[in-house]
Amino acid sequence: MVNHKKTNLHGMTVHTIETKKYKTTSFILQVKEPINEKNVTKRALLAYVLQSGTKDFPSSKELRSALDDLYGATLNADLSKKGENQVISIRMEVANEKFLSNSEPVLDKAFHLLSQVLLAPALEGDVFKEGIVKKEKRSLKQQIESIYDDKMRYANKRLLEEMYDSEPYRLNVYGNGDEVDSITSKELFDYYQDVIKNDKIDLYVIGDISTDEMVDKVSKHFRFSKDRNEDEANAVNAADEKRISEVKEIFEEQDVQQGKLHMGYRTYTTYADDDYFALQVFNGIFGGFSHSKLFMNVREKESLAYYAASRFESHKGAVFVMSGIETANYEKAVKIIKEQHDEMKKGNITESEFEQTKAMINNQVLETIDHPIGLSEVLYHNVVAGTDRSIEEWMEGIKKVTKDDVVAVAKKVTLDTIFFLKGAGKNGNENV
Amino acid sequence: MGMKTFDQLDETLHYEELANGLKVYVLEKKGFNKTYATFTTHYGSVDNHFKPLGKDENVKVPDGIAHFLEHKLFEKEHGDVFQDFSKQGASANAFTTFNRTAYLFSTTGDVKKNLTTLIDFVQEPYFTEKTVEKEKGIIGQEIRMYDDNPDWRVYFGLIENMYHHHPVKIDIAGTEKSIAKITKDDLYECYETFYHPSNMILFIVGPVDAKDILNFVKDNQSQKTFKEKEPIERFFDEEPQTVAKSKKVIEMTVQTPKCYMGYKEATPNRQGKELMKHELSVNLLLEMMFGKSSPNYEILYDEGLIDQTFSFDYTEENGFGFSMLGGDTGSPDEFVERISGMVESFKQQTIDENSFDRARKKKIGAFLRSLNSPEFIANQFTRYAFNKMDLFDVIPVFESLTVRDVEHVLQNHFKKEVMTVCQVQKKKS
Repeated sequence: MVNHKKTNLHGMTVHTIETKKYKTTSFILQVKEPINEKNVTKRALLAYVLQSGTKDFPSSKELRSALDDLYGATLNADLSKKGENQVISIRMEVANEKFLSNSEPVLDKAFHLLSQVLLAPALEGDVFKEGIVKKEKRSLKQQIESIYDDKMRYANKRLLEEMYDSEPYRLNVYGNGDEVDSITSKELFDYYQDVIKNDKIDLYVIGDISTDEMVDKVSKHFRFSKDRNEDEANAVNAADEKRISEVKEIFEEQDVQQGKLHMGYRTYTTYADDDYFALQVFNGIFGGFSHSKLFMNVREKESLAYYAASRFESHKGAVFVMSGIETANYEKAVKIIKEQHDEMKKGNITESEFEQTKAMINNQVLETIDHPIGLSEVLYHNVVAGTDRSIEEWMEGIKKVTKDDVVAVAKKVTLDTIFFLKGAGKNGNENV
Repeated sequence: MGMKTFDQLDETLHYEELANGLKVYVLEKKGFNKTYATFTTHYGSVDNHFKPLGKDENVKVPDGIAHFLEHKLFEKEHGDVFQDFSKQGASANAFTTFNRTAYLFSTTGDVKKNLTTLIDFVQEPYFTEKTVEKEKGIIGQEIRMYDDNPDWRVYFGLIENMYHHHPVKIDIAGTEKSIAKITKDDLYECYETFYHPSNMILFIVGPVDAKDILNFVKDNQSQKTFKEKEPIERFFDEEPQTVAKSKKVIEMTVQTPKCYMGYKEATPNRQGKELMKHELSVNLLLEMMFGKSSPNYEILYDEGLIDQTFSFDYTEENGFGFSMLGGDTGSPDEFVERISGMVESFKQQTIDENSFDRARKKKIGAFLRSLNSPEFIANQFTRYAFNKMDLFDVIPVFESLTVRDVEHVLQNHFKKEVMTVCQVQKKKS
């Protein structure tokens, strides 16, 4: 289904996917390290500093102009949390030269540029350029603050902080706003050198390409130092997760129109486990789709909400429920949501819920891999979990799940924390 | 069956206008798993004053009705159509904009079965008093969700500032008060008027056989009867060229203020190639003035007046048009002063050929990239078609633009008198 080849080069794994589906070539660099209190903010800042200048293009403006010249190639760095890891993703997409009226060799230039973003940043003396660091600090702080302004994201962040209060997973992937200012260019550069030396790095190249040619280009452009640590850092085992004795209930009040109800469950199942597929199906029946129990009962039957859904984190093994409700309906909504979980534990799953969910998951995977980023994300799960599942095996795994498997998973799934952002008063007074 | 090939893009589009007026387009995408289909009517939130089909008197309907109708169309006597799609391995959705309502599904399985479900559910309305009442709670929560969203509030606030009368200033979902008035009869009246096949476009993109799909759709439509098509009469009050309000501040519980500013288009009545040329020119100019590689962007970013959330866009259709720029900013007033100053000084300079070429290259690259997305193709193609434009003309039109076109919009669109500002500021406790 997917022509995926892996080549190990200098401690970086190059994944090539040859396909004629796209009018562009995509490059996705994934740089992974366990998330930790000491480095979380530095790492977030690093991602943004790297995309703001290189040795050849030492300012954001020059770098962006170089990208524009490559027919508007895109470059962006972002952060995500995958299980207990904090991953920097640097993505670049360039037009396939065959669709351009005056063919230009964009691919080689693209490789060079991407390698510079990672390996040859803009320096001043022996450290990152002060001007870039200063600007990106301000931007990062603003980004961290803006979470508060998006109440859905804010409630989600608060839930994680409460639920994982003694685990690294509580950390925000963009770091801690209070720490940003104190990071110096020197400190950041030392950390960067550590990243280049020790982190697990994967590069995905997807498009109408040839693997041999790509491997050639990577060897030419990406040069790591000899002492690069090619062994993977210890993977964090999520299996020995905390047992829950009592559900935590946290309330907070803000001047908003709609209450945000977020509930966190531990599942004791992650991507690497055999019952992972059953967890997928569990989540689908519970709240993953518009036929799911949460949508049907909270929204369609009771008209309590516009959205009521669940999603799960494959590598942490958590399920999160979210819904926007009237503050006065808190008890009622929580009761209905808990009941849906109980129904599943009891095996009250209809044939059509079960079959529809499997069909939808199948559909979702096939759709995801239609998109270059989606495809790289699906493949990257294996790197994070230390597994080697092909997409075919993955889909086969879903197919084999039985209702009993889902019930068994439902029994493992345990509610840990409820976070409710209560509304108060009227919002948004206008004045001129 | 008609066929259009776009050699440079390596795409072939098949189309046909059926006897009942429905326009059907099929774009074959070999190698993809997903088929995506949209069934769209040229009817949105701005169409609130019109002559109902077969009647003599004009009506004005409650705010938010097009969106309400979109929600209600999913409900049938046997239950919810979402479930039918789900059973067939497809995911369905819908959205309402200022001037269109789209129903869609995506699937990697049985395309024809899902296509039948899509066409039939949109063409078989079923509204009852009871289900209409039930929906008011759900949409009420949707409205509240947007009320708490500062990005939405500042975006809409800016549009409200621009217009005296044009219904583009009315929130697409309406208000809790306005939707309370909606009855099932209102819904039927809007439905009858705007959901005639001649006012609709069906677009299918995916690994399908175009001829086969077109015949299939034709067959489905030939089994149904529709009223004779009539031109739809919509009414809009005369809209002055001035802005209704030049500044508004909304207080919310945010930490970072948000600021958007915009320029109201003086003559938003273009169609076809002329509209495309105008839209692309303004967008190209915005890219030159404020794109990430522009000197202005660097200055604004250096000064801390913008961050990653900064964006800009120009849009025009159906009697309204505007450009907007904005995002999060620590100093909203300074932001406005700097940006408007930059626009004014841009007017004093001659446009540099090199930066024009670079911006155009960038735009062409971005367009190619978006053609990877079946969703983009179907949604945008339809939007363009309703405005008598062809999505696949974008590259040739970009290539035909000259520095003069950009200079023209710079002098004519970005006028200080039609600028307006909307800010979301931290609520004082």
